[in-house]
Order: sequence, then structure tokens, then C-alpha cells
Amino acid sequence: MALISAETATSTFNMPRFERFLSYMASDEWNKAVTKAARAIMIPLAALLVFLMLWSIGAKSIVTSLGVFPGPSTVWEQSLSLYDEHQSERIKAAAFYERMGKRVDKAIADGKPQKKIEKLRNRKYTGKETFIDQIFTSLKTVLVGFLFASLIAIPAGIICGMSAILYTAVNPLIQLFKPISPLAWLPLVTMVVSAVYVTSDPMFPKAFLTSAITVTLCCLWPTLINTIVGVSGVDKDLINVSRVLRLNAFTKTVKIILPSAIPLIFTGLRLSLSTGWMVLIAAEMLAQNPGLGKFVWDEFQNGSSNSLARIMVAVLVIGFIGFLLDRIMLLIQRKVSWDKNAVLR
Amino acid sequence: MNSYLDIDHISITFPTDSGPLNVLNNVDLNVAKGEFISLIGHSGCGKSTVLNIVAGLLNATEGGVVLEEKEVTEPGPDRAVVFQHHSLLPWLSVYDNVRLAVDQVFKRTKSKKERHEWTLHNLDLVHMGHALDRKPDEISGGMKQRVGIARALAMEPKVMLMDEPFGALDSLTRTHMQDSLMEIQAELNNTVIMITHDVDEAVLLSDRIIMMTNGPSATIGEILNIDLPKPRNRLELAEDPAYNHYRAEVVKFLHERHQTLTKDESSEKSSVVSLSSKSRQADDENQKKSEVVKKASGEY
Repeated sequence: MALISAETATSTFNMPRFERFLSYMASDEWNKAVTKAARAIMIPLAALLVFLMLWSIGAKSIVTSLGVFPGPSTVWEQSLSLYDEHQSERIKAAAFYERMGKRVDKAIADGKPQKKIEKLRNRKYTGKETFIDQIFTSLKTVLVGFLFASLIAIPAGIICGMSAILYTAVNPLIQLFKPISPLAWLPLVTMVVSAVYVTSDPMFPKAFLTSAITVTLCCLWPTLINTIVGVSGVDKDLINVSRVLRLNAFTKTVKIILPSAIPLIFTGLRLSLSTGWMVLIAAEMLAQNPGLGKFVWDEFQNGSSNSLARIMVAVLVIGFIGFLLDRIMLLIQRKVSWDKNAVLR
Repeated sequence: MNSYLDIDHISITFPTDSGPLNVLNNVDLNVAKGEFISLIGHSGCGKSTVLNIVAGLLNATEGGVVLEEKEVTEPGPDRAVVFQHHSLLPWLSVYDNVRLAVDQVFKRTKSKKERHEWTLHNLDLVHMGHALDRKPDEISGGMKQRVGIARALAMEPKVMLMDEPFGALDSLTRTHMQDSLMEIQAELNNTVIMITHDVDEAVLLSDRIIMMTNGPSATIGEILNIDLPKPRNRLELAEDPAYNHYRAEVVKFLHERHQTLTKDESSEKSSVVSLSSKSRQADDENQKKSEVVKKASGEY
């Protein structure tokens, strides 16, 4: 063995490429690479298979009033049928708009009044929201709520972190509001939105606003707390540097405090976004915002033999999107963070 | 007396949970322009406190600091500080760290191009011109400290304050840094106050060494004038009787202080020993003392 490896080591550089590849295939290095790849892929895959098996076996033994609990295969069928429904709905919509286009053309040709033409032109397709549409509604709602919360929490956190007095003043309030469930906020938010948001031509539906604001109320806190901790924990030497340089408050914040606090701010943002996503599903169920939460609720009320499987599809999609959102935040964090050595997971 | 930098009878007392703590008592020092001063003394004797008061980061309880006939009330770039732990902004490159200081100090007096050139010039001065785009995490401890010095130099300070600038470096790197600092000092003739624990460093670099007594209520114990011609060369000086004499003076001062420091500690400890065996206690104390002397002489 030792003899062979010595031989390959001396002849590696004058071997033709293909033979070099073969010798690599035979070497320990290749074995190691294969083992590593196998570990990275095979182990999670095996775990997934075991999970699917257990699910499939376990599901058969649970019988509900809506039939047997759905196993993996039923859920897969339902996810395909949900996608088909979406496709056929899209075709219907396209047909509708084509018809409307023709009617508009005809109206113009007939010399109908401008007002009537405009009315025809603005008529929207009113078909039912498909599962895919609902996913996007949910995403839009959670992002609006999250963005709103971040816009409040980061500046507030910076201010509270810089002033010990303000922090002492605000801290009890934060601790009081932090543990409140979204379900407790929702009735209040609903009533306030109905009372305050009164327009004849609303830019956003009320259910959307209610859900988004509830998300905001629940995902303010992780960002706020982490920003405060990050800002108040800036290295004292760096603060002294800014004092020696006589940086003004703005430059000090932008050049020293914010970058220092960025890692913790992002930790807070990631926590907030995953909280927000969880909160959203509950909020949509009650507020009837046409997203994934409403989908689950409607299927539950519907109570057909397919309902449980369709809810299961939604559950898995909710999990997958939550995971995806967190990964996206992680990518942004990696991009923004100056501390490239920090292990982010 | 009108001097460049006048540290005028400063005392400072900090409130603590167990009553006020007088850290510095009546520290009085005049520094001439272009002078290189070292502060040396045992840990906890308030050297850094003196430096921080001159920097304006702390305010003296009594007395004050006057720099070029203006009283020091707050920190400013005319008293640049080189911190022990480099304190570079880790998210900025070497160039940007220095540029931040340059932009801040010369935003009105220098054009953009001049500021760029001034930044490069100062980094060249500390031999860091080759690593402009590196982040502090990507360079060695000695290099970080060089950048810290470049940042301080770039502010064109009236006084440069260095708080154990080479304390965290290995001895070989420290030697290089001292040589670099001497080179820069010869060229720019800055006024420098440097805190150090290193006797050789103090004698090699300084015009005067200020030896501080032990705290609390620390003050200036002795001042040693180093009359060695500049530029100095560490190899030649190693054999120089004058150099060795100065060195011995400082070592002697610190040694005596160290003895009193440990004596206090041992007497405190022995007071806990039961009173019944007085003679044994006295024996113990003698033994302890001799141990302390041995230990102290082995220190240097």
C-alpha cells in the first residue's frame, strides 16, 4: 500500500488527465469525499424515509369522523390536485379577460360612452382564491407586518440602547407586552381597524390590515430586545474612539453603534420573522384574511373526506415556507455581517 | 511655569459601594514639546487614569490639565489615544479605519484627494501600506497596533497618548514596534506620553521616566531623566554603562515598591492567624518575607 502511494505521488504530475482522474478515484481522498457527501445527503434522506414510514403506519391507525388520518401518499395526491385546481382557475381567468377584452373592443367600436368603457375595462375576475394565491397572500401579509415591526423596533431599540434611563423606563413595558398571544390582540385590533380605517375605496382589505397589524404587535419584541442588547453592549474602547474623534451623534450611530449591533439586530430579526409567520396563521384564521390560515380554517369547516389531507398539505407548506424565510434572513445576515468568522446557523 | 502640557496637581476620587476611593493624589507634571515621557509603575497604580484624564475621557476631581494654554475638558483629536487593544473598527478595512479619523479631523482643511494621500502617507509611515484592504481580523496583533498608531498619527495630535501599546504583543514583535516608534519619533518629533510595564522599553524610548507609587492615592514617586543621545540603538546600548545604570534605577524603584506591596498583603493575611501562637506567627512572617524577597528578585 505504501509502495503504491509513493508511486502515485511521484508520477502525479506527468500523468495524462484521465489517468490522473482514475488514480484520484482509487485514492483515499476520493473515498473521503464520497463519505462526506454520503453523510451530508444520505443521513437526512434516511431520516426522512423513516419519518414517512412512521407517519404512514401511524396515520392508518387513527380514524376520525372525516375518515382515516391522511398518510404521505394521500397528502401527495391532494397537493397535486391543489395545484391542478390552481392551473384550471388560471385558465378560467385568462378566458375571462379575453372575453372582457373583446367586449371592450366592441364597446369602443359601437361608440359607447367613455365611462362605460372604463367600467368594463376595470372589471376584475372574481373566481375563488386558489391554494397558491393564498400562499402569496400570506407571504405579503407577513412581510408587511414584519417590515412595519422592524421599522419601529430597530430605531426604538437603538434609542433605548443608547440611553440607560430610557431603557429603565421602557423595560417593564417590553416585559409586559412581550408574552401576549396574538389571539388576545386580534379582537382589539379588529375593532380598532374597523373604527379607524373607514374609506369607501380601501387600498387594503380590512382583514389584511388586521392580520398584518397583529403580526407587527407580536414580532416587535425580539427585534427590539436584541437591538437594545446589541447597542448597549458596544465595546467601550470603540465608544472612546468616537469620543476622541468627536464624532457627532449621527456619524457615531452609523459608523460605530449600528455595525457593532448588526449581528444581534439580525438575530432579533430572524426570531421576529419566525414568530410573525407563526402568528400570521392564527391571525388569518380569525381575521379571515385569504391566506394559508383561512385555507386551513375553511377546510376544517368544510369537513369533506379530502379536508384532512388538504390541511396536512397546508401544514407542510407552512413549515417549508417558515424554513425558507429563515434561510433567506440568514443569507442576508451573512451578506451584511462584518464578522465573517462567526458561525451562523 | 509655562509648559506645553501641564498636568496640574490632579487628584481623582471615585465613589464606590464601600465609600470614596482616592485613586490619584496630587499628580503634577510638566511636559515640554517633543518630549517622550513614560509612565511606569505596578498594576493598579493609576497610570491609565492619568492618561485618561489627559485624554479628557475622565475628569479630575481636583486640579486640571492644560495643553497649550487651553484647559482640557473633553476628549479631542489633539490628544490622540493608542489603546492597548488596538480598538480598530472590525468592520472597516485598514485604510477605512485611518480614513475615518482623517475625514473627521481634516474635513474642512483638506480636500478629498489630500485626505486620501494623507491616509496613505500615515499608513506607509508604520509600514502598513501593503495591507490597505485587509480587515483587522485578517492581520496580526502587531499589525493592528501599527494601524492604531497610524490612526493616532494621522490626527496630527499635539500629544500622543499610548496606553501600554505593545503590552499584548510577543517580545519579538514588540522589539520591531519599538524600533518603528523610534523611527517615527525621530522624524515627526511628537510629544508622547506612554504607559508601559517594560523597563527596557521605557529606558530605550523615553526622555523622562515617571515612576508612580502604588495605589490607592498613587502619585509620582521619582522622575528619571534619560540622558542618552538619540537616535538610540538597542544593540549598542546593551553594553552601555549609562543605559544599564538607568535600567537598574527603574528596576530598583519597582522592586522596592513591589516589596512594600507584598508586605502589606502578607501582614493582612497573617492577622487572620490565631493569636494564641504568637511566636510561631512571627516565624511564619519572617519566612514569608524572605520568600517574598526571593520572588521579587526573580521577577526581573
